[in-house]
Amino acid sequence: MTDQFAPPPAPGCRSAPVLKQRGQREVFCGLTGIIWLHRKIQDAFFLVVGSRTCAHLLQSAAGVMIFAEPRFGTAILEESDLAGLNDAHAELDRTVEQLLARRPDIRQLFLVGSCPSEVIKLDLSRAAERLTQQFAPSVRVLEYSGSGIETTFTQGEDACLAAMVPVLPESAARELLVVGALPDVVEDQMLSLLEDLGVGPVRVLPARSVEDEVGIGPNTVFALTQPFLSETHAALTRRGARPIAAPFPFGEEGTTAWLAAIAVEFGVSDARFAEVTEAPRRRARQAIAQASEPLRGKSIFFFPDSQLEVPLARFLTRECGMSAIEVGMPYIHDAIHGPDLDLLPQGPQISEGQDVDLQLDRCRAARPDLTVCGLGLANPLEAEGLSTKWAIELVFTPVHFYEQAGDLAALFARPLRRKSILEVAAE
Amino acid sequence: MKLTVWTYEGPPHVGAMRVATGMKGLHYVLHAPQGDTYADLLFTMIERRDHRPPVTYTTFQARDLGSDTASLFKQACQEAYDRFKPEAIIVGASCTAELIQDDPGGLAETMGLPVPVIPLELPSYQRKENFGADETFFQIVRHLAKPMEKTKRVSCNILGATALGFRHRDDIQEITNLLYELGIEVNVTAPMGATPSDIRRMGAAHFNVLLYPETGEAAARWCERNLNQPFTKVIPIGVSATRDFIAEVRTLSGATGQIDDRGLRQTWWTRSVDSTYLTGKRVFLFGDGTHVMTAARFARDEMGFEVAGLGCYNREMARPVRALAREYGLEALITDDYLEVERHIEALQPEMILGTQMERHIGKRLGIPCAVISAPVHVQDFPARYSPQMGFEGANVLFDTWVHPLVMGLEEHLLHMFREDFEFNDAAGPSHHGGHTPAASAHREPAFADEGPAPHAPRSISGEKETAAGGEVIWLDRAERELKKIPFFVRGKARRNTEKFAAEQGLREINLDTLYEAKAHFAR
Repeated sequence: MTDQFAPPPAPGCRSAPVLKQRGQREVFCGLTGIIWLHRKIQDAFFLVVGSRTCAHLLQSAAGVMIFAEPRFGTAILEESDLAGLNDAHAELDRTVEQLLARRPDIRQLFLVGSCPSEVIKLDLSRAAERLTQQFAPSVRVLEYSGSGIETTFTQGEDACLAAMVPVLPESAARELLVVGALPDVVEDQMLSLLEDLGVGPVRVLPARSVEDEVGIGPNTVFALTQPFLSETHAALTRRGARPIAAPFPFGEEGTTAWLAAIAVEFGVSDARFAEVTEAPRRRARQAIAQASEPLRGKSIFFFPDSQLEVPLARFLTRECGMSAIEVGMPYIHDAIHGPDLDLLPQGPQISEGQDVDLQLDRCRAARPDLTVCGLGLANPLEAEGLSTKWAIELVFTPVHFYEQAGDLAALFARPLRRKSILEVAAE
Repeated sequence: MKLTVWTYEGPPHVGAMRVATGMKGLHYVLHAPQGDTYADLLFTMIERRDHRPPVTYTTFQARDLGSDTASLFKQACQEAYDRFKPEAIIVGASCTAELIQDDPGGLAETMGLPVPVIPLELPSYQRKENFGADETFFQIVRHLAKPMEKTKRVSCNILGATALGFRHRDDIQEITNLLYELGIEVNVTAPMGATPSDIRRMGAAHFNVLLYPETGEAAARWCERNLNQPFTKVIPIGVSATRDFIAEVRTLSGATGQIDDRGLRQTWWTRSVDSTYLTGKRVFLFGDGTHVMTAARFARDEMGFEVAGLGCYNREMARPVRALAREYGLEALITDDYLEVERHIEALQPEMILGTQMERHIGKRLGIPCAVISAPVHVQDFPARYSPQMGFEGANVLFDTWVHPLVMGLEEHLLHMFREDFEFNDAAGPSHHGGHTPAASAHREPAFADEGPAPHAPRSISGEKETAAGGEVIWLDRAERELKKIPFFVRGKARRNTEKFAAEQGLREINLDTLYEAKAHFAR
């Protein structure tokens, strides 16, 4: 099914040595995921139990002050909350009551742990149990940690989804569960592809509302659409569900491989597969060919950030003609990232974790044509004459599956195109 | 615990970062988990700085907590010194590190670094960003500045400007020029632009110009006591305040230089007849104490507005803001609760808001024009062009900035003339102000209240509240049609006033008479 592609390189990067450094990390914490999760799960409210810093992060990280009243907020710990944990629990109950009275439309409440709440050992699972009893059946209260001492950026979504797994009802039905928050338009494209393949019924996690949730059990097979869902992967496996290992659905190759793995699982014929995927594959190839023009022959350097680095490096090297110098990941999980690493030709330095100053030294020495990094590093690197792509845009923009493959290439091409059209260089 | 949707101020260590990032040759070693590194983007993205803030975060993780976060701190501190070779180091903890009580100050002291190490105590669970900046600058000055011989020519320091400050960059330039014209040399500008060596020679100035009390007052007071430097109390925002400031500086310095104010247009622009429509516009002011107090004076005495309400989010300024409000016959709103500010504005129904970026959102939702006068900042508050708030050029900038959202009013007579024109109807919206029309429903819906339409989509305003008022007061057909003849930018207010009037009169229906009786009732 995946003919037309270059054969997997031998050897790929799966067995390549990984550079592990420990020093200052320059990444968001898991709370950041709330920014897209609250848009996706439309009946949920995310209440961070944390400090003013947490509230400030949420407000600043994505410049999201576009909503009059968002479905997230922070219960800011004050001096008095630090004195005694019993009082802190009572205060939390009071805050939740206040919140739910204000927002009667909320059906799911996530209590989100933060660095301070973890350090003072405020037990949010106890609070969630207590509050669930109090507000059932109208509101379900769950908890997870988005703290920066436990989670990195996209791991917040992982923690959130993993927290939902234990409360999903038991089901014996043979179903495909697709896991990962995708923009609605992309999710609909994916569902329609799977439907055309005759795979089904297909469920998604997270569901758009609590009513849409479904059961799981030993007959559930699941496929991840995001490479940062390792805890969710483990939680689903514990419930008896079985993972389908595949490269992630970025680009034509990734999407085809991802669909093919599912097609094999569900016994879809080669003819049917070819029939369904032929047109969108052709479109994706065309779009990529156009959009990737400025990328061909260019080098790229990834700072660890969104956890999408390995699949994206695979897409950019194999489908857009780039060469990777370094591919940094916050962490590498072999079962999840293995299929993409297999396809990534050896050559780039694979690194896990970060010492940002040392990594900046390497980046400056290599002078890549394009650097993928966080917002804190982008402008300073631009000022040094390097072109950058902010990693955060990759988690806010529809980039998965065939119809977005060209857009994905274009996201990387734009900084290079821009540089080539601007006449006067910045000083 | 305090439920917070949006915050006006960040945590105090962000204030310390504003000082460190504004300065040169200073490094901040911050004991903090990895998530706190988000603060870098405030400077690199909002202010578009081309350098990383000079901050090293220890970025400890959960697994470090059981072992040794203290040696992690010392290692980070040593590496920061070796790499950046700063003239001085400030050390402190963010909210999480404060809880683990590693005492960064004490640890750094034992390391024997060859440069001054200044410990910061910034209580994250009590105080906020402005305090953090003020306290950090104060500690730096206290540790480094010493009494010394004054300069031969009369000179001053300019205090309070930081990175990520609201128009600090341009204010400093404007005031430096003004002082130069007066014949006064600027000895040191700090924190912004100063090195630790500059701080050491602050004592050579004869007096201090304090431009931002929020972030510089503690240092100014310390210098007054220890360096024999009086400081200015007038903030030169607005024409009268700038003249008062010049007078104050002359008194402190004996300077006699003449000021060239030929570039000042604001005083004539407000007298030009096209500004008549500004008369008595009811404005609500909210922001940091200093900007609100100066803006109130400018609004009433130099623009001819009516100050309908005012307040500030920083409690440190509550006392003077309350006192000023009383002078205006008002009660000040002192709160950092965004939703409370929103309720206040909704009840007050001003014709314009002079606020922060947060009030701009409230204004958008309620359909009230808003100009930004104060931090918290946004990328829009760092324009490419020169646009100070202070001095005479600042007054010009204020005039333009405040009039811009109201510019539809300038064309009020044209609106009357063209309101039936097919190209000029409600649905088209004001051509250049898509962002200022209210959301399709100004009423808070139970579900997905934040799903409002895209800010640039044209929206029908006449349809707004059709359902909101349902069940209470009924608009009869003729009254409804008459209401639609009222220009759309005042129609919301007319509708609310009429409904309020009807409710007060115990009426169930609104007819044509009710509409005009309400108009007479609310006429000012």
